[in-house]
Amino acid sequence: MTEIYRVEGLHLSLADMTRKPLLGAAPRIEILKGLDFTIPRGAVLGIVGGSGSGKSTLGRALVRLLEPSSGSIRFEGTDITHLGEAALRPLRRRFQMIFQDPMSSLNPRHRVGGIIAAPLRLHGFDDVAARVGRALDHVGLPRGFAARYPHELSGGQRQRVGIARAIALEPEFILADEIVSGLDVSSQAQVLNLLGGLVRDLGLTLAFISHDLSVIRRLCSRVIVLYQGRIVEDRETAALFADPQAAYTRELLDAIPLPDPDQPWT
Amino acid sequence: MLDGRGAIQHRAGPRLWLSALWLGLLVVLALGAPWIAPKDPLAQDLMLGRLPPFWIDGAEPGYWLGTDSLGRDVLSRILWGARLALTVALVAGTLTCLIGATLGLMAGFLRGASDLVISRLVDIWMAFPPVLFSILLVAVLGPGLFSIIAAIVLIDWTRFARVVRAEAMTQGAMDYVASAQVAGRGRIGTMALEILPNVLPTIGVLLTLEMGIAVIVEAILSFVNLSISTDAPTWGGMIAEGRTSVHQAWWVLVFPLLALFLTVLSFSQLGEGLKDRFDPVLR
Ligand SMILES: Nc1ncnc2c1ncn2[C@@H]1O[C@H](COP(=O)(O)OP(=O)(O)O)[C@@H](O)[C@H]1O
Ligand SMILES: [Mg+2]
Repeated sequence: MTEIYRVEGLHLSLADMTRKPLLGAAPRIEILKGLDFTIPRGAVLGIVGGSGSGKSTLGRALVRLLEPSSGSIRFEGTDITHLGEAALRPLRRRFQMIFQDPMSSLNPRHRVGGIIAAPLRLHGFDDVAARVGRALDHVGLPRGFAARYPHELSGGQRQRVGIARAIALEPEFILADEIVSGLDVSSQAQVLNLLGGLVRDLGLTLAFISHDLSVIRRLCSRVIVLYQGRIVEDRETAALFADPQAAYTRELLDAIPLPDPDQPWT
Repeated sequence: MLDGRGAIQHRAGPRLWLSALWLGLLVVLALGAPWIAPKDPLAQDLMLGRLPPFWIDGAEPGYWLGTDSLGRDVLSRILWGARLALTVALVAGTLTCLIGATLGLMAGFLRGASDLVISRLVDIWMAFPPVLFSILLVAVLGPGLFSIIAAIVLIDWTRFARVVRAEAMTQGAMDYVASAQVAGRGRIGTMALEILPNVLPTIGVLLTLEMGIAVIVEAILSFVNLSISTDAPTWGGMIAEGRTSVHQAWWVLVFPLLALFLTVLSFSQLGEGLKDRFDPVLR
């Protein structure tokens, strides 16, 4: 089996609480409208699309923070589409997530060491302290940071903690949802380089959500373009940038500021 | 990399140590009342009625803060009254906190049916005027320590439930909760280990406030003669008695009132002070 994820006919709808009538159930709005794709093992898959196109929803379905309404998601051959939390628990170590806002995704009242150690303990790892230390090494943070609280770190450092927490579990797959969009440009580059290096060194499969094609272009081997809950393009990165098929992709590409306006995208 | 952010909040303002000082002193005095109190708080001597405090002419040695109309020593009665006040504060405050905060946490974080039931209950509860409710309750249950504590818990759990629910809802929307789920932590574990530490500072402030409120409620119930047995020394009872003779013997009213005031103020300041001092997160 060469693919780590196989997604077929994925539909996902959420209750729209803003239009909930006084009595009765809220109307459901369909956010993902039938997605089919696979993620090959070892790939770095970019998921792009405008704001509200459903990228985060798709990501959260992949790591089963959300339950699809129909279709199927297979992870390493196991159908996880409707698995309950108890059945998911042993699998959860294997697909991890890095969140967009590290201020919100790191518990402000836990120390960095505890934040990285908690998932390790939950999954019964031995030698937790040593693993926490190695995870910090991997993301280029001093081991002494284990004793710090998140608010004592900079944005880039916090995001490294988020990465350390994910890789410490030695997962096969990591979902990164807009993990650099809150950072300044130089931290962005550092975090992206770090992530690229880790994916290579640890043999991870990565899904990288971004609305920024220039970031995707640097990092990803394959790209899915989402538009209003549908996949409009799913191709190798190089091919996509050389010859975008969908009108929406061309729009996205045109929106990227080029370093030299006369230079074509090849 | 190293900056002052961690250090700023670690100064204890005077309100923390002043309130801690008063409450600490009160606890020691209350515990030691049998040995410290100069007189028997119940001993009456009509020959020694309405003696003034020690610095006023006509004071009798040994009766530091004077006596009431029945000749009972005011200082000794305040010390023995502190025992009841502090017992009620600690027991009722803690029980109220445990029940209210647990329900609030469940409603705010687990949502669903538990939220529906708990929120409805809070709404219904809040429709009763609290002081009337407590007097009614004690009248039904009969006076006594147990009734006072039961009344306070029954009335004030909603204060905790409401605030903690709102806070837990805010915290529940944070990504660290989703992150705990990705790590495979269950709902109850997430509630106890992720949400609770973030709500704890608020709970602490509410708890000390509640202890102050418990002292007041006990005083009110004593004031209307619904506390423990009628001649036992209570601050509220002393205030009620002192009120009737304030023109002849102001000290019978003023000293217990002062003790009550300082205690309630200290409890309310203690919580805020502790939060400033020990909360690692800058607000
Ligand atoms: N909890 C929710 N309830 C209802 N609608 C939601 C919810 N979360 C997201 N949406 C809607 O789903 C659409 C896709 O959201 P999202 O996946 O976050 O998009 P993206 O990450 O691509 O910006 C948006 O239109 C958004 O308004
Ligand atoms: Mg998003």
